[in-house]
Amino acid sequence: MLRIENLHVRVGGKEVLRGIHLVIEEGETFILFGPNGSGKTTLLMTLMGFSGYEVTEGRILFKGEDITHLPTYERARRGIGMSFQRPPTIHGLSTRSLVQLCARGRAVDVEALARRVHFEHFLDRDINAGFSGGEIKRSELLQLMAQEPSLVLFDEPESGVDLENMALIGRTVRALLDKTIDPSPEMSMRDLRRRNTTSGLIITHTGYILDYVNADRGQVLYQGVLCCDTRPTRPRDILDHISKYGYKECIRCFN
Amino acid sequence: MLQLKAPLVDLNSFVFRGKTSVPLEDPSALDSTDKKQLRMVGVDVESTRAGTFLQFDHAPVHCSSARAGVEVLGIQQALERYAGLREYFWRAIDPQADEFTQAAFQEPLHGGYYIRVHPGVRVTEPVQTCLFIKGDGVGQNVHNIVVVEEGAEVHIITGCATAHGVNSALHLGISEFYIKRGAKLTFTMVHQWGKEVAVRPRTVGIVEENGVFLSNYVLLKEVRSVQSYPTIFLNGPGAVARFNSVIVAPKGSHVDTGNRIVLAAPGTRGEIVSRTITIGGTIVARGEIIGDAVPSRGHLECKGLILGEGGIIHAIPELRGTRPGVELSHEAAVGKIAQEAIEYLMARGLDEEEATATIVRGFLNVEIMGLPQELRESIDATIATLDSADAM
Ligand SMILES: Nc1ncnc2c1ncn2[C@@H]1O[C@H](COP(=O)(O)OP(=O)(O)OP(=O)(O)O)[C@@H](O)[C@H]1O
Ligand SMILES: [Mg+2]
Repeated sequence: MLRIENLHVRVGGKEVLRGIHLVIEEGETFILFGPNGSGKTTLLMTLMGFSGYEVTEGRILFKGEDITHLPTYERARRGIGMSFQRPPTIHGLSTRSLVQLCARGRAVDVEALARRVHFEHFLDRDINAGFSGGEIKRSELLQLMAQEPSLVLFDEPESGVDLENMALIGRTVRALLDKTIDPSPEMSMRDLRRRNTTSGLIITHTGYILDYVNADRGQVLYQGVLCCDTRPTRPRDILDHISKYGYKECIRCFN
Repeated sequence: MLQLKAPLVDLNSFVFRGKTSVPLEDPSALDSTDKKQLRMVGVDVESTRAGTFLQFDHAPVHCSSARAGVEVLGIQQALERYAGLREYFWRAIDPQADEFTQAAFQEPLHGGYYIRVHPGVRVTEPVQTCLFIKGDGVGQNVHNIVVVEEGAEVHIITGCATAHGVNSALHLGISEFYIKRGAKLTFTMVHQWGKEVAVRPRTVGIVEENGVFLSNYVLLKEVRSVQSYPTIFLNGPGAVARFNSVIVAPKGSHVDTGNRIVLAAPGTRGEIVSRTITIGGTIVARGEIIGDAVPSRGHLECKGLILGEGGIIHAIPELRGTRPGVELSHEAAVGKIAQEAIEYLMARGLDEEEATATIVRGFLNVEIMGLPQELRESIDATIATLDSADAM
């Protein structure tokens, strides 16, 4: 599904990613750990193709196609979807309209999708206007449900979310990855066949999201490179390891 | 700032006589290009309206009312029938106010509408009026009077447009609005002129006790020059006025427009909201709220977006309080579309043009005007065609 080869990325004149190699298979969920400032968000932003993230070396393949220099919307249309941490407010654009736009002409039952994330009372609000941290998460998930991506990029799904909402968000992310959301009023055979093909790339510090999703593999991003690929790569084990020994272990991996 | 001066208009270069058309018994018989042009400014001769007034060039061609208690007449007809409309004709506006008001006073009067809604009559469907210029080089001079009697309520949609193919024209329009006790007038004006058309409307309204005046103004297409400054006097206690304007100035357009509200009685409230976008044109976005009585409250908000190169937005919000206790405020901003917002929408699959159009539509926020659906759709369609290719 996704193949990243020797990716080097500069942001604001600084080389933040320094040779990333990563493969995420179809239907696989990959967990990305790493200390603050290690470049996790940068990796997601680069995958989405935002301005300011300059690829200086290497390439990104998605479904076998080199997308390294494709514009953001082309990546979205090919099936990459991202949940934003701090999305901008757009005045005069209702949440409902944006969710509709995410579906790109496909018939979606916006109300029904909104109910899944308890967001039906927000549909007429301008998108992100005064949304709380937890509300932003639900709004982002709602948009992704309508968008139906085949690769979901999720930056810290648990940040700013209370325990109750964590369960809601965890279950929704799970449903998104398992393709058990049925956004269209009736599902065709084509849609049924498309099931079980969603991959995920999730950044987490706390690992709460692991209680909800079937994460197959994980790695630690440290100073712009992925390490620990010789260690156990089960996300839980990595998390245990980090909480016991901290990230300094990662330095050892380099040597 | 020389370029901020409205372009000079030479009255002598326009024809003020002789362009009359035959009366139009059934407006749905209009040809389809004219109909299309009218629909774009909110005038739909095929849908249900409480009344319709159509004027082509120098004469009214159609007046009709479909509702008891709603009078729709040509102004000359009304002047004859009501002994010169002494209470209303040239009562709110001083003929000497400025050069163009004087011209409107002196040049032959070509028509305009008289609309009166009888006391207590609340009309649900809008009354539509249209001032249409079909001939090239025409100078059109109209005088409109609207009287909404006590407790009555009406929505008037006025579409001003030039026919396909009209290049140069001048529109002079005097409008006087009288909103009596407890009455409500919603006045929506949509302008769609040609490249070389100059427009000089002069508008004053007087609102009595607990009356409400709501104004919507939409100008999205190219025009040589618009210069207007509608003023509303809230003369009765508890009266309310609100203006919403949505203005786009493409290259070549000079739009100098604003609204003034005079809070002249206790308990009055006024709000002026404008959204302006320049795509190479010049916009002077004015606004003034004058607090002459207490308590009174007014808020003025003008926001502008500059897209592309060469455009100018000059926001001039003004507040004047003359009594202790008035509460007046304003906010003004001139800026650009945030790159972050465009990228957010692109991450949802919208290309750059779609993303820009979506943000622009949100910014202009025509929604808040509460317009009939077909008019809103036609405005949305126009917004979608705005040339924002070089917007970034
Ligand atoms: N626009 C920018 N200009 C300059 N430096 C930047 C910019 N964006 C990111 N950086 C730097 O790049 C590095 C990686 O940032 P990034 O946001 O990718 O880290 P992260 O791993 O997501 O951290 P966190 O866990 O705190 O979210 C940081 O040192 C950050 O300051
Ligand atoms: Mg981050």
